[in-house]
Amino acid sequence: MDVSLALFWAFAAVAVAGAVGVIVMRQPVHSALFLLLTFLAVAVLFVVAHAEFVAAVQVLVYAGGIMVLFLYTIMLVNVRRQAGEPYLHRQAGVALGVGLLLLAVVGGVVLGDARRLADAHAAAPAARLTEVVGSGVAAGNSQAVGWLLYREYLLPFEIASVLLLVAMIGAVVLGKRTMEKFD
Amino acid sequence: MTFPFPASDLLVILPELVLTQLALGILLWATVVRKGREATLAWVSIASLAAAAVLIPVAARLSGPLPRAAFGGMLTLDRFSIFFKVLVLLATAVTILFSLKFVGTSSYPGGEYYALLLFSAVGMLFMASGTHLVSIYIALELMALSQYVLAGYFKRETKSVEAAAKYFVLGAFSSGVLLYGISLVYGAAGSLDLGDVARSLAATPRSSLLGVGIVLTASGMLFKIASAPFHVWAPDVYEGAPTPISAFFSVGPKLAAYAIFARIFFVGFGPRAGDWAPVLAASAALTMVVGNVGALLQQNVKRMLGYSSIGHAGYALLGLLAYASGTDARGENFGLWAILIYLAAYLLMTLGAFGLVVLLEAKGYATESVDDFNGLSKKNPLAAAAMLVFLLSLAGIPPTAGFVGKYFLFSAAMKAGWPSLALLAVLMSAVSLFYYFRIARAMYLVEGEGELRWREEPAVAAAVAVCVAGTLLLGILPQPFVALAKSCLLP
Repeated sequence: MDVSLALFWAFAAVAVAGAVGVIVMRQPVHSALFLLLTFLAVAVLFVVAHAEFVAAVQVLVYAGGIMVLFLYTIMLVNVRRQAGEPYLHRQAGVALGVGLLLLAVVGGVVLGDARRLADAHAAAPAARLTEVVGSGVAAGNSQAVGWLLYREYLLPFEIASVLLLVAMIGAVVLGKRTMEKFD
Repeated sequence: MTFPFPASDLLVILPELVLTQLALGILLWATVVRKGREATLAWVSIASLAAAAVLIPVAARLSGPLPRAAFGGMLTLDRFSIFFKVLVLLATAVTILFSLKFVGTSSYPGGEYYALLLFSAVGMLFMASGTHLVSIYIALELMALSQYVLAGYFKRETKSVEAAAKYFVLGAFSSGVLLYGISLVYGAAGSLDLGDVARSLAATPRSSLLGVGIVLTASGMLFKIASAPFHVWAPDVYEGAPTPISAFFSVGPKLAAYAIFARIFFVGFGPRAGDWAPVLAASAALTMVVGNVGALLQQNVKRMLGYSSIGHAGYALLGLLAYASGTDARGENFGLWAILIYLAAYLLMTLGAFGLVVLLEAKGYATESVDDFNGLSKKNPLAAAAMLVFLLSLAGIPPTAGFVGKYFLFSAAMKAGWPSLALLAVLMSAVSLFYYFRIARAMYLVEGEGELRWREEPAVAAAVAVCVAGTLLLGILPQPFVALAKSCLLP
């Protein structure tokens, strides 16, 4: 068992444990901190998969920016759970069953098949990046990502910018406190 | 660094580019337009959609022979995509007509509303021509995000907020499922380009990884077209969203979702059609039953139309199945053009029916019940006649578009070897007669109490009239439309 595989399993376990913590904790702040743990563990998984740039983005954007926003919101809104409020929805049992079934099916298939397919295909996570670096146009992982993002994936990138604009307009429209009145 | 694609690739997306610019312009302009004078914004939005529609043939002419791939295979302009682009632009324009007074007389700002509708249309245009799973997914999200906001636009109405929250949570979840499915497909096929995926699938033996990927992708798609068992959001969202937006949801996004559904599954997963067809067959059967039986119990018209649109999604799935089952003796695929005809018919009759709901909207937010139609035939015979045409068409009775669409779809399913499903579809159409005719009964046989609550809106009335004309024309003279649909198939 090589080092990267061992690292993968270790940090995958941490990520899952963190995710469980997010939904188990009663205090929103504790949930947020567990989410941070998951983000960081996932960042390590990206490093293991040779996606250094994505790992850095994961830490900067998610563990950094988005976490800060979450914590701000929790502080500002001052979320408190009512004492009598039931913790679990009555469908929780069914949901757990369906979730476990999905986990068994999807997890079993991915574990069983991914290894077999990995030999037959060039779908290794960073194959296209390695190709770009190998062709000499980019010096490393981040440059290769940039190269692909602004060339091959230029169109989705531009559509995504409109998408973010729509998200912003939506947030403003729905969040605005005062309504425009008739003149 | 230079532009990495031929400059003529920009011509391919000319309609989308212009529409995005105009939407941004409207957003900017809205900051100086006062509430109460926003009708201008609506008309400019409609003009923008018309401009985009006019630019589609221009783009097709200028950018070279069709099908024309652009941006390194991210999208392809072909007749199939043009068919859908024209329909979604039409649906968006009619939605704006419906919204004129609805938004104009409310206390909510109109500029953002129209701009969001246009951005949603941009997403749908890109969906129609996307041939790469990344571009398709991002376009889908652009459409969906605008919709979440529009569903909750009337934010002081509890039902509107509830609709938006449900739609957002379930929509985000289904997007996650779709994305996970796409990632598994990528792992199994080694590419996200639909053509490459198909080549890879044809060359490799069956694998369960790919199977799970396809099933998860299908789940995401079935959510977007509101098929069972992923339909639960539809009635709540249709009931709670502003009525013009409900009309929009039941038509525009669904058509765009059918476009990518057909393209992903036929162009991308086509070589495995035998494997995924049973999954779709199960969903189609369930959807037809759930939609039509669910509609029987509804008092709210928007909810009823929501369930009925679930039923219609089930019928349309029959077309996908027929296509998946191969070609007939003459080597002709009947399933796909039957869907195109059916979707055009569905657009006309559903928009028309919602148009009348908009006109009758009177008792406050999201309370439009079947009783609103009581005695309509006496008070406004023309409106009652129009509604009757839409109801006949929705139920699939000649001489209407709905009959023609259902006839082609069901016979395609028969020929393709799904006779039991076709039989179920006919049975469920019979069930649907029952609830559609509850409205007809209210209009013609029940005495209405009090004054007719009616919005005087010439624009909506005109849109409804166009829908009536289209529904009847398609029903009486289907041949030109069939020829058109047959020329718009996927390669």
